Amino acid sequence: MSLLEILAKRLIIGVATLLFVSVLVFAGTEILPGDVAHAILGQGATPELVAQIRDRLGLNDPLHVRYFVWLTNFVQGELGTSLANGADIIVEIERRGRNTAILAVTTAVIAVPLAVTLGLVAATRPGGIIDRIITSISLALISFPDFLVAVVLVTVFAIKLQWLPAIASIRPSYEFADWVRVLILPVTALSFTILAHMVRMTRSAVLSVLSSPAIEMAILKGVPRRRLLLRHALPNAFGPIINVVALNLAYLISGVVVIETLFNFPGLGRFMVEAVTNRDVPIVQACAMIFCSIYVLLNMAADILSIIANPRVRYKK
Amino acid sequence: MTPEATGWRASLRDAISDLTPGAAICVLFLIFVAVVGLFASWIAPYDEGTILTNESFLPASSEMWLGSDYLGRDVLSRLIFGVRVTLFLAVIITMLSFTAGVGFGFAAAAFGGNVDMIVSRFNDAMLSFPALMLALIVINALGSSFAVLIITIAFIDMTRVFRVARALAVNIMVLDYVEAAVVRGEGKSWIIWHEVLPNTLTPLAAEFGIRFTYAILFVSALSFLGLGVQPPQSDLGVMVRENMQSILYGEYTAIYPALGIAAIAISMNVFVDWMLQRSSAKLPDEI
Amino acid sequence: MPEPLLRIRNMDVTVRDKKGSEHKIVEDISFEVQPGEVIALIGESGSGKTTISLACMGYSRPGCYLTRGSVHLGDESVLEKSLSDLQKLRGQGITYVAQSAAASFNGAMKIGDQVTEIPVITGSMSKHQAQAKATELYKALELPNPEEIGSRYPHQVSGGQLQRLMAAMAMISDPKLLILDEPTTALDVTTQIEVLHSFKKLIHDNKMAAIYVTHDLSLVAQIADHILVLKDGKMVEYGATKQIISDPQHDYTKALMAAAHVMPEEIHAPLTITSRQPLLRVENVTAGYGPRRDVIALRDIDLTIEAGETVGVIGESGSGKTTLGRVISGLMRPSSGAVYLDGNQLKPTVAERPREELRQIQFAFQMADVALNPRQRLGKILSRPMRFYRGLSHREANREVARLLERVDLPTEFINRFPPELSGGQRQRVNLARALAAEPKLIICDEITSALDTIVAEQILDLLESLQDELGISYMFITHDIATVSKISERIAVMRHGRIVQQGPVNEVLTPPCHEYTQLLLNSVPEMRTDWLEGAVVERRELIRALDGISK
Repeated sequence: MSLLEILAKRLIIGVATLLFVSVLVFAGTEILPGDVAHAILGQGATPELVAQIRDRLGLNDPLHVRYFVWLTNFVQGELGTSLANGADIIVEIERRGRNTAILAVTTAVIAVPLAVTLGLVAATRPGGIIDRIITSISLALISFPDFLVAVVLVTVFAIKLQWLPAIASIRPSYEFADWVRVLILPVTALSFTILAHMVRMTRSAVLSVLSSPAIEMAILKGVPRRRLLLRHALPNAFGPIINVVALNLAYLISGVVVIETLFNFPGLGRFMVEAVTNRDVPIVQACAMIFCSIYVLLNMAADILSIIANPRVRYKK
Repeated sequence: MTPEATGWRASLRDAISDLTPGAAICVLFLIFVAVVGLFASWIAPYDEGTILTNESFLPASSEMWLGSDYLGRDVLSRLIFGVRVTLFLAVIITMLSFTAGVGFGFAAAAFGGNVDMIVSRFNDAMLSFPALMLALIVINALGSSFAVLIITIAFIDMTRVFRVARALAVNIMVLDYVEAAVVRGEGKSWIIWHEVLPNTLTPLAAEFGIRFTYAILFVSALSFLGLGVQPPQSDLGVMVRENMQSILYGEYTAIYPALGIAAIAISMNVFVDWMLQRSSAKLPDEI
Repeated sequence: MPEPLLRIRNMDVTVRDKKGSEHKIVEDISFEVQPGEVIALIGESGSGKTTISLACMGYSRPGCYLTRGSVHLGDESVLEKSLSDLQKLRGQGITYVAQSAAASFNGAMKIGDQVTEIPVITGSMSKHQAQAKATELYKALELPNPEEIGSRYPHQVSGGQLQRLMAAMAMISDPKLLILDEPTTALDVTTQIEVLHSFKKLIHDNKMAAIYVTHDLSLVAQIADHILVLKDGKMVEYGATKQIISDPQHDYTKALMAAAHVMPEEIHAPLTITSRQPLLRVENVTAGYGPRRDVIALRDIDLTIEAGETVGVIGESGSGKTTLGRVISGLMRPSSGAVYLDGNQLKPTVAERPREELRQIQFAFQMADVALNPRQRLGKILSRPMRFYRGLSHREANREVARLLERVDLPTEFINRFPPELSGGQRQRVNLARALAAEPKLIICDEITSALDTIVAEQILDLLESLQDELGISYMFITHDIATVSKISERIAVMRHGRIVQQGPVNEVLTPPCHEYTQLLLNSVPEMRTDWLEGAVVERRELIRALDGISK
């Protein structure tokens, strides 16, 4: 297969996965018991009212028709209205989505390079003192529940020292400096969890490259250490590292949900948790689709990058 | 290698003598936690639900070793009962996910061909969901109860176990000793039981530990979000949620259960790490 | 006596395992390399030969430590050098050619950049000069397309070419000493001598000093001036090549000589056939791999095996010899043709064959360490076929396992051992014993001696013959090694590209005039004389030309 064919295949799989995700989100939110009409009406559901609402929402149409209507609407950005307060969901999603994006991207920008560097440093001298410190701290950190680091950070920096706010509410008037103040604690807490996973996986990916005969050969050739790591080891570890990063975005997503709730941060994660608590189906659907699609797309991007980075695929025999 | 390494008793003795101090402490702690969970009602000084005082977040005292919670209940007693619920859920979830994941994984590897392809594709598709999203969707539809939590998380975990078990088995299925059994005319079930399983026990045991930790963290996270264990039941995650305000008063009530979760998880991870290093086994998941 | 180029004195190398216990893998090694001289380190696996050669470069693998002794290059002590001096030494003073070039090249970098890397980064040559020098070396090493081969990636060229490219990489800085670690072992037999010839010419033309590491005595006879024989990390014998070959002193060297891969003097006479019906008949079998089975691995194969006979099937990797074994044993379904046992047509796959038919054809795998389940005791491994095929009770089976172990010359206490507790040769005996446990009429032996050290392989061949004498079983002996096959077989079939190009009694097939490909295989077996290589290479090229003519 040529490079283009492989990439095309990966793209098709990506699109198919997205469709599968949408089917499951739809099925999970609409087919399972807990009918929307009942959810809207709550205690005051009489059979007539239920029938009326079902009709208005199109719930009496066949399933596949409802699915396609829903999917087309979703793609066009028509996400419906909240069952709880009738507000247009898209408006809220745009506002909160931006906040979450700022939180997640800031965390990724800080955590990913840091994790890859730490993983590399640990892998270059396995068993050395730095490696042992990094691996044992990261082993402890992956065992921490997402909220532990956050709770400790808040206790120390917000309550005891009173340097930073314990609640991360956002006001429209916020300047850059306000954003920084508000984000420091959530970003730090979020970074810790994904950092730990990423450091461990990067380390083992780089270690397996470093123990290859090709690296031994480069040592025996007299390649200086810096060049050995940067020119010989790193290009071969590139593919695995990209996959490590993509895999850890799953932790970032669940971390975002927990951290937003803990800090009362007005983002998509908290929005979704509240919607699940209130059984606000259209919001859950929209948020789940957004989170899942981003995850699928990022994984696909990672795969494509590592395919392109592999010379065995790039240059055929 | 000892020339007369025979029997599980000898292997157990070997394993214990190989324990590093760190791993030994962790094993002892896990045993301690298990005992506390099992005998919670005998060990706990008070009933978990009784309101003992009108004052929230009392500091530690000789009557209440870890103080009182937001309703004035004894934190230590609730912690002990919380450990019981958390452990109970994690154990059930992990056992379920293992039985199903290993079963399907080995079967997929042994049968190969279309069976393997269909099961693996479905599994891959499930893995393309962030785990928390899957759980939130189900809980949104069904509400939260022990049964929903157990089945949902066990299912999510199963997809991970499947991948590991299948990869382990596939690596073994191509080895000559399996081929020798195939050419002898042995059936699939004999091959799985006698050729594949004995050679995957160590990595599977390690994976069991990892999944167990994961289940604890997952249940706790859901409970913390208010979507896991529902009052009046409570686990460690619920306790963190309930007592979050304590932090604002400068008390540590919410930190105790969080530390409890972390301690159990760390112990398990250290133990797993030791086990993998000792046997030089590798999990296929490790990239 | 001129000053030696390299001097090693009383060297010990120690391994420390995970639990911290130590043992010496190399002990008290001393030798010298004079300028322009080639010295061979000879030994079987575990003899420490690679460890010693790496130590010459001041390198030891993770977990190994040079605990005693000295290494001097000229008057400099290699072991006392700083890391940056060592890097200079490794790049320019002593260079290394590894066993598997395919694994040792960096897959993410162009070959040319890797070959010229050291002179370019140390500034001893400009990029342009280095490339010109590399191209010269490619020509000297008889590589195709010397102008453009450097711009390819490692996965784009063949194994034999990579091995030579690695030699070019080692030669580019004009090192004082070249270390070649089993540089031809990973190659097909017919490619091996071509590469060996390139190396010899290169060393000779440049008047290089070299250390040649190998397990194959007949190969070093072609290239080395001195031979150092190693066993279990200790020196056994050290002397001039002529002396070692013609007059070995130590018993171990004599055993190595006896087991060396040379053609046997005597070959078996064909069996006198008494029965009218052969034990096994393969008729017109074609088979292929891939989803549509269109990657053809076997074409129109006809083969018979008589009762009590050994038929050797020989070919290089990709010739289809293993596939043939798999088709006969039912592991692979042929796309056409049939296999008959005692005149009855066998069903194509294992799943369709009744147990009684399965019992009569047993398969012995190449690598005994993966052919035996490491978690099953020998008792279980050996008793299972007895109980499965012959319905023996637990007690009967155990009694018979003991007898079987004796039959393959293993102590009966081994019944409670696990395979990893045995040596390689012992495991191969168990592997054979398992096949015997079914009381078969035919055992398909797939390269069962090629992973073994030569002396152990010899013992396994002896065991096969004595079992045949006692039990009257037939063997189909699959191998790439024409010397081995001619020692043990009555008849042989030569395979190439999925076809049998020639078959018949050993003496007929191997006596000229034979098929060009058979001749090529014969031509590739090293002979124990020092001038063999040059003639063999000339003949090889003619044969290849003739074969190309046949293929077209």
